[in-house]
Amino acid sequence: MGLSILWLVPLLPLIGAIVNGVGAGRLSRKVVSGIGVGSVGISLAIAIACFADLLALPPEARRVTQALYTWIQSGDFHAEVRYVLDPLSAVMMLIVTGVGFLIHVYSTGYMGHEKAYGRFFSYLNLFMFSMLTLVLADNFVLMFLGWEAVGLCSYLLIGFWYERPAAAEAGKKAFVVNRIGDWGFLLGIFLIFMTFGSLDFKTVFDQAPQRLAIGSSVATAIALLLFLGATGKSAQIPLYVWLPDAMEGPTPVSALIHAATMVTAGVYMIARCHVIYLLSPFALEVVMIVAIATALLAATIALVQNDIKRVLAYSTISQLGYMFVGAGVGAFGAGIFHLMTHAFFKALLFLGAGSVIHALSGEQDLWKMGGLKSQLPKTHLTFLIATLAIAGVFPLAGFFSKDEILYEAWVRGHPVIWTAGILGAFLTAFYMFRLYFLTFHGPSRLTEEAKRHLHESPNSMLMPLTILAVLSAIGGFVQIPMLPGGQRLEHFLDPVFADGTAVVAASHAAAQAPEGAEMLLMVISLAVALAGIFTAWRFYVADPAIPRRLAEQARGIYKTLFNKYGVDEAYDSLIVQPIYRGSVKLWEDFDVTVIDGAVNGVGRLIQGGSSVLRRAQVGYVQVYALILTVGAVVVIGYLALR
Amino acid sequence: MPGSLIPLAAYQLVAALLFTIGLVGVLVRRSALIIFMSIELMLNAVNLSFVAFSKQNGQMDGQIFVFFVMSVAAAEVAVGLAILVAIFRNRETANVDDVHLLKG
Repeated sequence: MGLSILWLVPLLPLIGAIVNGVGAGRLSRKVVSGIGVGSVGISLAIAIACFADLLALPPEARRVTQALYTWIQSGDFHAEVRYVLDPLSAVMMLIVTGVGFLIHVYSTGYMGHEKAYGRFFSYLNLFMFSMLTLVLADNFVLMFLGWEAVGLCSYLLIGFWYERPAAAEAGKKAFVVNRIGDWGFLLGIFLIFMTFGSLDFKTVFDQAPQRLAIGSSVATAIALLLFLGATGKSAQIPLYVWLPDAMEGPTPVSALIHAATMVTAGVYMIARCHVIYLLSPFALEVVMIVAIATALLAATIALVQNDIKRVLAYSTISQLGYMFVGAGVGAFGAGIFHLMTHAFFKALLFLGAGSVIHALSGEQDLWKMGGLKSQLPKTHLTFLIATLAIAGVFPLAGFFSKDEILYEAWVRGHPVIWTAGILGAFLTAFYMFRLYFLTFHGPSRLTEEAKRHLHESPNSMLMPLTILAVLSAIGGFVQIPMLPGGQRLEHFLDPVFADGTAVVAASHAAAQAPEGAEMLLMVISLAVALAGIFTAWRFYVADPAIPRRLAEQARGIYKTLFNKYGVDEAYDSLIVQPIYRGSVKLWEDFDVTVIDGAVNGVGRLIQGGSSVLRRAQVGYVQVYALILTVGAVVVIGYLALR
Repeated sequence: MPGSLIPLAAYQLVAALLFTIGLVGVLVRRSALIIFMSIELMLNAVNLSFVAFSKQNGQMDGQIFVFFVMSVAAAEVAVGLAILVAIFRNRETANVDDVHLLKG
């Protein structure tokens, strides 16, 4: 029964978005919350029912499609609105509806004082619809629709407080930067259509191994163009610059869109197109190198940022890098696994940060927090769990997923990537615990204003935190390698990636590490995480003078990191300013002189011509009569005398 | 022309004369009333030559055509005079030189 109403999963949030959007300002807050949260809640229930139905099928048959109607029909080309439920999209659907539902509940508390309450929930529901369309789409056209729509929602929600110039700017930046990625994605889709004559996932991916040789330039071009799209949406080098600024949006939005779901769309898309990537080892290498570079770059920037949400934003970029590393080494399942656990703990971190910000009446500066452990006990506990999870401490979710990626990198013959990943894991543990210690431990550095209003958050906010904390704690157990019947998620995803395995089976022997190596690698990554935590403790609790001394001694490095390597400034002077100045030049020189000149010239020509011709209209009837007569005489004379 | 002493050319001459008088009247007189009368003169000049040719050729077409011309002329005069009266009421003049609103 679940599978037959799969289409309701995206549709219900859309209805919610329309009702709340049309009724914004007229419906009471209770009704808005009911519609906003209720539609996503029912969606979640249906999604779970669909998932249960899918599990009941034998593994090979777990690919159910549901065609709603033909959307575009033009000659050979046709695109349907058709949803597909296979293990990959099912996992994504559950993450999106599950985390989305919790964040909707949280928003009723966090945005409780907001004027534009209806507008907020309308956008949030629209986002749910878009994201579900993206992950459930069965062809590239519908996926692109979802892809663009989540970008639109992201823009609307980043600029939700549009009265603030910074928020409006950030929304614009996100939109423009994403446009560059979307351009690549669209070109990739065109190339796929040119090559395969179809945009259906099944047709394309079934034909790909026959039509394209391994390493062929077409496969590489498609893979790289699609990856450009992924770098935009999933904030990788070179298009990651919009994500830190996106923190101008309300915190639940940061949690839902800019941490848990939308930014992982690129990872999902690459996992979905894994056949094409496996056909192009070069493209996979590019993905891997870009990803590990992003992971390290973002992690180093996160070390010195002082805004609680910005640290989390750079952390998100870094963790997305890890997911792409998983994809880049060919372990798509590991990437998706990390995507899932990351959705849990990063959503929890953002919601916890939101709870802190809420308690402090909007304070986001880490240096104006401190000692909040006793005042916000529940927030503190859940935040600690999430921080341990992202740092990769056994047995929380992040440990398993990050370790899985690093393990895959190692056994597939990329020790350099593994080393860089371990270094990144150390940095992650360090900056996350820096954030944790500065917020919850040490002396209180609160402003008087914040102290007066300090309060633990309402239950509507604490409930999602608790659920996400449980998920962050146990989320990794679906994939414990040692236990019998372990790696359940990977086995569940196996049918999706089976065709890809067939592609590479010829060129790669199945990678398998020697017995015991897995254990050793796990111990190393755990040790590294603990070392990071210990260092953070030394720096920010035991001896707070150390970081200041280090910053003094390595002034250059500190400045570089603090200024985020100057990437924003470089983009501004290398790309934005030249385009801006070029546009001004075009406007002044070309538009004003040539375009306006041509338009005004036509007007002046007609005016001039008519000023001559209008003299003929003397206004005296008898002159007209005379002209008529003369004309008649001339015509008759000509006819008579010819 | 059987049964008649007056040749066709004489009719034509008179018709041409009448037409010319009418035409000159239309072109040179300023009073709208006179212009109307001149137009009637031109129409009747044409009628005269219609009738003459009709008689000459022994066919009735021309004479029937004259009836049409006369009825159209009557209608035209009725409308024209109405316009003239309207103009006169508005502008207190029947002089066509004073009515030149459409001057470019």
